[in-house]
Amino acid sequence: MDHLSSTFAALSDPTRRSIVDRLTDGPATVMELAEPFSISQQAISKHLAYLENARLIERQRDGRQNYCALKPDTIREVADWAEGYRRVWQTSFRRLDALLAEMKSEKLSSKLVKPAVKNPKRS
Amino acid sequence: MNKSAALKIAPSGEREIIMTRAFDAKRDLVFDALTKPELVKRWLLGPPGWSMPVCEIDLKVGGAYRYVWRNEDGREMGMGGTYREIVRPERIVNTELFDNAWYAGECLVTSLLSEQGAGTTMTVTLRYESTAARDSVLESDMESGVAPSYDRLEEIVISNTTTAK
Repeated sequence: MDHLSSTFAALSDPTRRSIVDRLTDGPATVMELAEPFSISQQAISKHLAYLENARLIERQRDGRQNYCALKPDTIREVADWAEGYRRVWQTSFRRLDALLAEMKSEKLSSKLVKPAVKNPKRS
Repeated sequence: MNKSAALKIAPSGEREIIMTRAFDAKRDLVFDALTKPELVKRWLLGPPGWSMPVCEIDLKVGGAYRYVWRNEDGREMGMGGTYREIVRPERIVNTELFDNAWYAGECLVTSLLSEQGAGTTMTVTLRYESTAARDSVLESDMESGVAPSYDRLEEIVISNTTTAK
């Protein structure tokens, strides 16, 4: 699997997404990461291994403590791929904004232009 | 000019892309803009330099649609599918397949329109047949071969929209 696919696969799980979200605040120990979840530390470790394999996180050692930290390059890659696809749609939707504005003003002007039709008086 | 509404695009789950965009118009107008060929041609053009010589829509369950875009240097890109559900003015479900698809399988597109005051929020869910297909769409460089200058394009779009008012 190419690396971007493994990144997406890693992010397709809500627990892993929560872990990644927590790590945007800074590095954390495995215990700290497991804390908000009701699943076992072993299960958390499996998720962390998945994230590490997808190069989203890396292990750091600070003295005697082991930490997990985000790898910013991978996150940036995910943000970058969205740009090309996003730009194309952004451009199209901006045209749609202009078209809708035109449609609205046409609708409004057609209501203003129609004269009120009164019943002709009988002669 | 209206401030551009934020476009959200994100992968979801293993096989989907979800796009969300708000529009400053009621649902019936947005629904028309999505389903009348003479209107679709006005905006569904992708990167700069592309025109839409073919835009056919048979808006009924089981009906087909067909789009062909052409680049300034003659390159063409075709796409089409059939409608599975049509509920005016709130929902359209259709299949989507590119002629020279670089990924396997069809995509199922669900477009939902919901009212937000005087405006409409559109949520489009694109569901691919595999994670690989979904990811390759997001990675695809639809702009290849064109040398867009997006800053310049934004200037043009902004000035056109302003003068139109």
